[in-house]
Amino acid sequence: MNALTYESPGSLDEAVKMLAVANGDAKLLAGGTDLLVQLRMGMIQPKLIIDIKKIPELSGIKEENGGYRVGASVSGAVVGEHAGMVGAWPGVVEALELIGSTQIQGRATMGGNLCNGSPAADAVPAMIAADALCTIVGPNGRREAKVEDIITGPGKTSLANGEIVIDFFFPARPANSGDAYLRFIPRTEMDIAVVGAGVSLTLDDAGVCTAARVALGAVAPTQLVLEDGAAALIGSKLDGAAMEKLDAAARAACRPITDKRGTIEYRIKVAGVLARRAAKIAQQRAEG
Amino acid sequence: MTMTSETKDYKWVGTSPVRPDGNDKVTGRAMFGADLMLPGMLVGKVLRSPHAHATIKSIDTSKAEALPGVKAVITSDDVEDMESAWVAAGELQLNYRDLSYNVMANGKVLYDGHAVAAVAATSSAIANAALDLIDVDYEVLPHVIDVEEALEPDAPILHDDMFTEGVTPTPDKPSNVFKEFDIALGDVEAGFAKADLIIERKFKSAPVHQGYLEPHAAVASFGEDGQAELWCCTQGHFSVRAYCAKLLGMDIADLRVTASEIGGGFGGKTTVYLEPVALMLSRKAGKPVRAVMTREDVFRASGPTSGATSWVKVGVTNDGKIVAGEAIFKYQAGAFAGSPIGPGCMCAYAPYDIENVKVKGYDVVTNRPKVAAYRAPGAPISEHAVESVLDEISKKLGMDPIELREKNAAREGTQAAYGPKFGPIGFADTLAAAKAHPHYSAPLGPNQGRGVASGFWFNIGGSSSATVNVNEDGTLALATGSPDIGGSRASMAIMAAETLGIDATDVRPIVADTASIAYTFLTGGSRVTFATGMAVIEASKKIALELRERAAKTWDISVDAVVWEDGKATPAGANAGEFEPLSLADLAAKMNQTGGPISTAVSLNAEGAGPGFGTHICDVEVDRETGAVKILRYTAVQDCGQAIHKAYVEGQIQGGAVQGIGWALNEEYIYNDEGRLENAGFLDYRIPVASDLPMIDTVIVEVANPNHPYGVRGVGEVPIIPPMGTVANAIDSAIGIRMTELPMSPPKVLAALDNGS
Amino acid sequence: MAKMHVSTTVNGEPTEFLCEPQQTILDVLRDELRLTGSKEGCSTGDCGACSVTMDGRLVCSCLVLGAEAEGHEIETIEGMADGDTLHPLQQKFLERAALQCGICTPGFLIAAKSLLERNPNPSETEVRYWLAGNLCRCTGYDKIIRAVLECAADMRGASA
Repeated sequence: MNALTYESPGSLDEAVKMLAVANGDAKLLAGGTDLLVQLRMGMIQPKLIIDIKKIPELSGIKEENGGYRVGASVSGAVVGEHAGMVGAWPGVVEALELIGSTQIQGRATMGGNLCNGSPAADAVPAMIAADALCTIVGPNGRREAKVEDIITGPGKTSLANGEIVIDFFFPARPANSGDAYLRFIPRTEMDIAVVGAGVSLTLDDAGVCTAARVALGAVAPTQLVLEDGAAALIGSKLDGAAMEKLDAAARAACRPITDKRGTIEYRIKVAGVLARRAAKIAQQRAEG
Repeated sequence: MTMTSETKDYKWVGTSPVRPDGNDKVTGRAMFGADLMLPGMLVGKVLRSPHAHATIKSIDTSKAEALPGVKAVITSDDVEDMESAWVAAGELQLNYRDLSYNVMANGKVLYDGHAVAAVAATSSAIANAALDLIDVDYEVLPHVIDVEEALEPDAPILHDDMFTEGVTPTPDKPSNVFKEFDIALGDVEAGFAKADLIIERKFKSAPVHQGYLEPHAAVASFGEDGQAELWCCTQGHFSVRAYCAKLLGMDIADLRVTASEIGGGFGGKTTVYLEPVALMLSRKAGKPVRAVMTREDVFRASGPTSGATSWVKVGVTNDGKIVAGEAIFKYQAGAFAGSPIGPGCMCAYAPYDIENVKVKGYDVVTNRPKVAAYRAPGAPISEHAVESVLDEISKKLGMDPIELREKNAAREGTQAAYGPKFGPIGFADTLAAAKAHPHYSAPLGPNQGRGVASGFWFNIGGSSSATVNVNEDGTLALATGSPDIGGSRASMAIMAAETLGIDATDVRPIVADTASIAYTFLTGGSRVTFATGMAVIEASKKIALELRERAAKTWDISVDAVVWEDGKATPAGANAGEFEPLSLADLAAKMNQTGGPISTAVSLNAEGAGPGFGTHICDVEVDRETGAVKILRYTAVQDCGQAIHKAYVEGQIQGGAVQGIGWALNEEYIYNDEGRLENAGFLDYRIPVASDLPMIDTVIVEVANPNHPYGVRGVGEVPIIPPMGTVANAIDSAIGIRMTELPMSPPKVLAALDNGS
Repeated sequence: MAKMHVSTTVNGEPTEFLCEPQQTILDVLRDELRLTGSKEGCSTGDCGACSVTMDGRLVCSCLVLGAEAEGHEIETIEGMADGDTLHPLQQKFLERAALQCGICTPGFLIAAKSLLERNPNPSETEVRYWLAGNLCRCTGYDKIIRAVLECAADMRGASA
């Protein structure tokens, strides 16, 4: 029988030490909306669960240099109530808020969504499009990494043993910027993304796109950063030709699988559609 | 909205009082299957096969038995040997040997999730650990889960003793076809020869689950004297009693079954899975045992309805008259025989007056869980196919789809292909009401389309019992043996109150256990308001007679001189005497002095159930770039006979329609190449959620069933039949694509759009 | 496996219980505290039948460990009525036949109450999306949504 224990350290140092001592047999608990399901199904068999919600550095949202630093264990519901984040990064917030139901929102976190490592994670493409950074603390100290460098494969991250993601930094927004996230699901709620697309862009006063980042989810073993997609947008007014290029870039980049949620052909097609639609919404938000 | 064929002045019938079990349900007090706790209760859990088809070479339970906290372990060794014997069970047939082999695999496992062993332990964690300690040695066999593949000559055979019935001569080799079923009327060859237009189409549908939110749960308490009590969520506790007694080799009288509140059934809780297991564990452990299915178990191991392939061919003359209807249906039964192929074949063309009909059906076993009844079993599949072809015909002829149906509608006196002549029925009324409804003529935008389809279900009667006991204060205790899955307790109180002319709030209805009321057939077949209602009405009439006798005794006049009216006994006329009327309360207060307690029990076998018809209208919008289908508007019209409790009748229509919408759009079982179920949970088995739907408008047409005192027709099953055809027809109207495979999920719709099919 | 001792507040009452680390709040409510009003429909957070609020936040109790409840406030369906007076939502569900089998009803009531506390004037779409995590198989949602909207209007009128 599994001798599972539960701890809820009150400090980051304590948590790092506990994680190190556990030597791979511990799991971090934030919202628990993935962890508890995996535990129940017997997919994981940790000896120790470390609840990180009592650690101050992981809770709370702070303004910083015009941007926002969001604790890794802040729930989606709380992020969704933060006027600053909602105003500056509506795409990131809507992505996070698409995870599960209202009940799931009451618990699910950016940190958990990222570190669970699902290629279909909803918050991640938007965070990548936002060029978000995460702060990581471990036995070897503190470091920063781009969100796009964390997930390395289904259920896998680049985090070393003993490392904890403690917060996410979203940079200050230039004027005329907007972001958006769309996902395709068969129902209207409650499904895992079949395809996800996050777009963040900046326009100049004439409406020409000067900067853009495009990321896709659920169409490859990791989220995809669409360099060609961004290039299609930059220098354009997001006209028909640019949209076609973006669509093509999205489809070309996809390496999806056929599974119970979608086929290869379907995902490729819809990736192009969602990239276009998300770009348009981002544009509207940038103009508005 | 209600349209009544005759005006009746009812005091309670047709109203919507608060249901008597409502308070407990909104406060969390109501006790469902998993809510009962008994002192010393153990946790029962079931070990299930991970293989779709395998021989069990050996099972070693010794390590599990040795684990501290484990009080009993059972396998098929603990189950009575059963003869293969078929009995009626609701709208399907049941084989006891198959049932026992499904409850606990015997020698071979036939689907991913098949029960192989069970344990009872002092905690959930210990029970789970015990399951992990049971060693089962399997020899994996090739499996087959597709109905057409199961029919191939080289298909893996599930049962060596399955020699197809309904075929002459009987085959000498076993196959996966349990039986063939045939219906014929007239001469379809001659019919088709007269047709100006013939359309034939093939359809495919996937198995879908009833999707009740409450997993199966049972608490069993077996005494050392061989007497046992069982608490379970079920649609038929008398059936449970019979099945469990048989499987455990008990006298029926030694088993007392109480039906808990039930969290949905829709037909899926008319059989047994955990109940015999809990009893066997309790018998072995000497303690009560509670067994509850996980959601994963529910999907892997409890009966969905059949998946099927259908072929339909319909011929019409240019005026829209159907001259011939032919069909072949192949239904999956799952691991053991008994798909609803019979009702499926019988219902396919039943809404229509057609001279020449030929329907053939196949009951095919596959390595999937054994199917169980699901709301009008078999009919949604066959009628979806026919209604789709009729839609194509109406469009080809340039004829309004409702008018096509009106031209061919079965009416009173029509000879149904499956046997009887219809009495008064309301099909044409539903068509007229749908045509006249504002929905039907509302404007549509781009990529939007409207679909119409109809449905038919027999509804059944059957055996029911009721007791009415008068309390000393004049209130009534009303008991029936029908588990309440739709609000029937409220309807029973209404019917008793209406019959006796008293307030429904003075009638307290309960569902009695198997020791406290006479045999009552299960809740299903849309029979309860009809058949159990009839028993309640009969019982109430008897009470009224008894009350008249007590008044007569009180007044010292003949009982013929007393009438019972408006809840009071009054002298029949001035000649009878000048007596003040006596209320129920007055008579009850003196009942022990006028002859003793006033009570009655009625048992009957209700005949004359009225068939039900429905016609639905649906508007959809299709996203041409993703294939997503959005339901914009939905109207369901149904002939409900006399609606006893109006709001609950509406609720049945809305709930059934939404199950049908789920079946149409997203619900299906997804298996991998090893025959393992991949979507055994509500995440990937996609039932409709609140944001997927608009309001479901209902129109109740009331064509009274003359065989019931209040004109009742069964209501619960019809509404699930039209939606798949309605939605498919709407999609075709929106994008000009005839979808023939269910569910019509976005990848399929997009692929069809891309292929321009 | 040593049990953990947890101190929490349930429906306003200080409550202590013992639980194994892997037990969820739902397990604890039902099996240890005998509050069986919250139901287990799926144990994976997909059906909402186990809905409770934790510090006023709507959550699935099947996805919160018993241990996580330490120091927090849990509200369940058993605490929704005020003594013997039903909450307006409970009353409205009864009057508008917004329940059939009733297994999903506690979850819907807790979820709807949470909505109206935050948004006293939700649109039909807002109600549907807020309640998307509560599955119902009996009603097709129609009467539930109508009951919530009507109750919201009543509650706005009453406080006006």
